[in-house]
Amino acid sequence: MHPAKSVIAFTTSTGAGYGLLIFMIALNMLGLLPTDATFALIGFGLAFAMITIGLMVSALHLGRPERAWRAFTQWRSSWLSREGVLAVITYGPTGLYGLVWYVYPQSIGTPFMMAVGLFGILCCLGTVFCTSMIYASLKAICTWANPWVPVSYLLLSLMTGALLCAALAYSFGYSTTVLDISVLVLLGLGLAVKLVYWKCMRETTCISTPETAIGLPTTQGGMVRLLEAPHTQDNYLLKEMGFVIARKHAAKLRKISVATGFILPVFLVWFSSVLDPSIAGYPLMSAVFFCAVGVVVERWLFFAEAHHVVMMYYGHRPDEFKT
Amino acid sequence: MTCLPKHPSQKKLGLVIDLDICVGCHACAVNCKEWNTGGHSAPLTDIDPYGAEPLGVWFNRVHSFEIVKENGQSWTLNFPKSCLHCDDAPCVPVCPTGASYKRSEDGIVLVNADYCIGCKLCSWACPYGAREFDTDQGVMKKCTLCIDKIYNENLEPQYRVPACVSTCPSGARSFGDLGNPNSDVSKLVEARGGYDLMPEQGTKPTNKYLPPRPRNDENEHNGQQMKLTEIDTDGANIIARWVDKVLSR
Repeated sequence: MHPAKSVIAFTTSTGAGYGLLIFMIALNMLGLLPTDATFALIGFGLAFAMITIGLMVSALHLGRPERAWRAFTQWRSSWLSREGVLAVITYGPTGLYGLVWYVYPQSIGTPFMMAVGLFGILCCLGTVFCTSMIYASLKAICTWANPWVPVSYLLLSLMTGALLCAALAYSFGYSTTVLDISVLVLLGLGLAVKLVYWKCMRETTCISTPETAIGLPTTQGGMVRLLEAPHTQDNYLLKEMGFVIARKHAAKLRKISVATGFILPVFLVWFSSVLDPSIAGYPLMSAVFFCAVGVVVERWLFFAEAHHVVMMYYGHRPDEFKT
Repeated sequence: MTCLPKHPSQKKLGLVIDLDICVGCHACAVNCKEWNTGGHSAPLTDIDPYGAEPLGVWFNRVHSFEIVKENGQSWTLNFPKSCLHCDDAPCVPVCPTGASYKRSEDGIVLVNADYCIGCKLCSWACPYGAREFDTDQGVMKKCTLCIDKIYNENLEPQYRVPACVSTCPSGARSFGDLGNPNSDVSKLVEARGGYDLMPEQGTKPTNKYLPPRPRNDENEHNGQQMKLTEIDTDGANIIARWVDKVLSR
């Protein structure tokens, strides 16, 4: 699949934003982050900026952005619509929690605010889940139709959010062991799920082949080869579904993603925990940067390596591009 | 609504494509473009049509394949492909706006161009590549089964068939109600062993393909040059024998 920049920006940026909201609210509810108004402003401000920019970028890549509001109507059947509806709903409880934290910090900790916080966390998780299901529900893209897609989207959202939260907390001098451990565990789980996803991608055989695509009865069957494409130049299908450039460097890009997105941040998080708290924010800031690079590369590969069965009509074989 | 119809009618309009007859002339694709660029989903935009990199919207495309058998023998298959108007169309429920829908009265899958936001998700969901995005209009386009022709009361009844069917010079395309087991097309499918494309995708296509009739393999050869029978030169005259000797060196 063609890895559109807008979709990569949308999934990575909103993912990290929702993850950050989840950790801000959860740690605050547990009493592990102080009710500091400036901290709330920066934390919630950053999260909402990332989410809003991500959503706007995804809306701008539409053919008709001015009609984007129509995407809220089909939540009964469409994961994309559900994602849009939940994204808007999520602003409610999370925004309220952030506002109360900023304006009436003494109200934080009341049962009502606990309920609002919990609802906000569930909405964040739900939105990321819906985003992942947009892809995981597409049977025609055999690379995506597996449960590791939602698991990896959820884990990577929590992972990037936790790292952002840790970087902010350290910069404000609010380091906590719980957050450090969460970040390290999530980096480990994030890496594990991506390794499993890539393994699954290598080992899964697509159920469709050029032979089933043309569907000749077995008595007349044989190996199907494209003799002549229907058109001399690339058409929409080949530009959108037939993206193969990435696969040439897939193995290298995967290594880059693993090194910068997961391993380097683990080292930097550990490094910052042994440093003097006054300067511990800097290695975490760089960990955020490296993790962002790694996750963007991971997301680029997620799209670029996805194999669409329509390519069987253009002479591709299902295992041709496995790396 | 982008849910599939809860109470679809028995009527399922669709095409039957005979791969035995199709000669791969692309007339169906060309007449499809001709009719539909002024029809329900008009225009079928072309970008840079006479330049080096033309890009355009087509509802129907003709692929040509080579089928290579185990004995090395091969043959050519011309394969026209357009929307199959699936019973369980995966392109419909993914639509976030309600633009993509399946008609309950005859099963035709259409796009409402006024609702489409151009998110392209329907084209990702279709395993057959039946949908093509119009970059100029910013909306998705697809085969309408010539809805503006098959129900057009200004046309004589015999012309109320999709453009690809009426133009096919070899009669490889038939149109009719595949939901009715007594229709001509259903009988044709029954008689010739018509089948679905990619049944494993679970889309239950309405359109059916008829396989090529079995080849007569009795006198087949595998492409090697036939050997000429030795000609006896003994009875020839002296000049002919001398010429044969010289030329046989």
